[in-house]
Amino acid sequence: MRTAFIKELFELAKQDERIVLVVGDLGFGVVTPFMEQLPKQFINAGVAEQNMTGLAAGMALSGKIALTYSIANFPTLRCLEHVRNDVCYHNANVKIVSVGGGFTYGAMGATHHAVEDIAVMRSLPNLVVVAPGDPVEARAATRAVIAYQGPCYLRLGKAGEPVVHQSPIEFELGKAIRMREGKDVTLISTGGILLNAVRAADLLAKEGIQTRLLSMHTVKPLDAEAVLAAARETEAIFTAEEHSVLGGLGSAVAEVLAEADRVKVPFKRVGLPSAFSPHIGTQEYMQERHGLTGEGIAKTVMASLRTMAGKLN
Amino acid sequence: MSSATQLDLAELAKRIRKHCVRMTGTANASHVGGSLSAADLLAAVYGRALRYDPQNPQWPDRDRFIMSKGHACSALYAVLAESGYFPVERLETFYQNGSPLAGHVMHKNVPGVELSTGSLGHGLPVATGMAIAAKRDGRPSRVFCLISDGECDEGSVWEAALFAPHHRLDNLVVLVDYNKIQSLGAVKEVIDLDPLADKWRAFGWAVRELDGHDVRAVEQAVTQVPFETGRPSCIVAHTVKGKGVSYMENKLLWHYRAPMGDDMRKALEELDGQR
Repeated sequence: MRTAFIKELFELAKQDERIVLVVGDLGFGVVTPFMEQLPKQFINAGVAEQNMTGLAAGMALSGKIALTYSIANFPTLRCLEHVRNDVCYHNANVKIVSVGGGFTYGAMGATHHAVEDIAVMRSLPNLVVVAPGDPVEARAATRAVIAYQGPCYLRLGKAGEPVVHQSPIEFELGKAIRMREGKDVTLISTGGILLNAVRAADLLAKEGIQTRLLSMHTVKPLDAEAVLAAARETEAIFTAEEHSVLGGLGSAVAEVLAEADRVKVPFKRVGLPSAFSPHIGTQEYMQERHGLTGEGIAKTVMASLRTMAGKLN
Repeated sequence: MSSATQLDLAELAKRIRKHCVRMTGTANASHVGGSLSAADLLAAVYGRALRYDPQNPQWPDRDRFIMSKGHACSALYAVLAESGYFPVERLETFYQNGSPLAGHVMHKNVPGVELSTGSLGHGLPVATGMAIAAKRDGRPSRVFCLISDGECDEGSVWEAALFAPHHRLDNLVVLVDYNKIQSLGAVKEVIDLDPLADKWRAFGWAVRELDGHDVRAVEQAVTQVPFETGRPSCIVAHTVKGKGVSYMENKLLWHYRAPMGDDMRKALEELDGQR
């Protein structure tokens, strides 16, 4: 995703000199071509995320399309009030880009586990929150947030994730992509866990459960229409995210369902508990420990369906 | 509508001070002390240095002024009104229900305000972003940013202070309103900043230290920036909290208390008596 993002941004920036990339001393080997070939559109703010964010806001208020770029929680939580006041309150045309959403940097320890960022960023006014599911979505999301006039948060994974979308996609901010049709359950996924959601749907199919799979790349504004359609047209809804179950995609979907008229659908969030993970390890290992592999998600869905059926009897 | 650029600076500063006293006193609002300490700085910047057009607040080549000590908003609103951005009468709505003039600097529906502030340590990074944008676009805009002394406790101030000289932003000017009193005590006792000018110098700024109530000295400084080509300019202005109203001067109490009733009358009389 990281590669897709920087490649796309590079192409866009060559055509639009308003685009300026402000990094927090990170991106070794990634941002190098951008830095070398578009020096007037590149700034390394150093290890100083508050200033990085303020700089970007000031540049955006002077007509630039400014991107801040760092990893994990640094461009979001570390400088949160600068994002809130300088970027969001002024509706400044700043795109906050974080590489390493979820457990991308799982082995690096809890400081590098970005598992509350969606919740926190989603609560900020004026901010569009986007977590693409694979490199194809990442590329399209990069184009979309640059074209959008206003603040955005782009949550990326790492480099080298497999492509999930095998055919061209129609990408629109705030509009879920329906990847698979099924009448039994709906599985809604955001961010880099999309591949696992696809695997879960495959496993469920083997058990005779047909899954409608939605890639909810935009968590805010949420595609409430897609959620409500799923509630009407399928028997249960599950969300999957490599993020705390507090405040992320699962909460956003729950909010829509809880307030909707005449909607009563079994629902469960698959994600992380509100806790510091006691584990470290590769992203795959961390997903396994936290029940977020394809198998883990499918297992939770199956178990929940049994419980739900029990309640209905 | 008046025009700050045509007024005598001492007269402009006096008007700002009287507005501050009336606004905070009428509204029972805090922060008159730090507004009065900044009055001469604002008068000199808006009266002599800043290039702006109140009829066209978004003029791309304008100079920017960022009031980073957002709690001293009454002084900024006053100088904006005196500069012709909006009618002076609007100052009467300060801090009232439904008014655009909030108790910290807010940009919504207040022409001339470049940045909403109120949480300290935000103004200088944003000002720095504006300065580097102007440089890279080859625009003549300069950016003036007024910060408080207590604000220098914020790490983000020093993040920007490191960045600006590295990028040779000589179109950036920071003014430190060094009135020596912060929210809970004397600066010396809370977190001593001295030697403050040396700190900015060590970070690579071209620094001038002056009496922030000597309007001629301030005028000279703000019209002579950059002090050095290739360096951002820093003006460490030694000021007095509550300057102009004897019973407020150097008193921590007037960080908070509003000059109401007799206090307001006395303050206005005293200010009227000054030239």
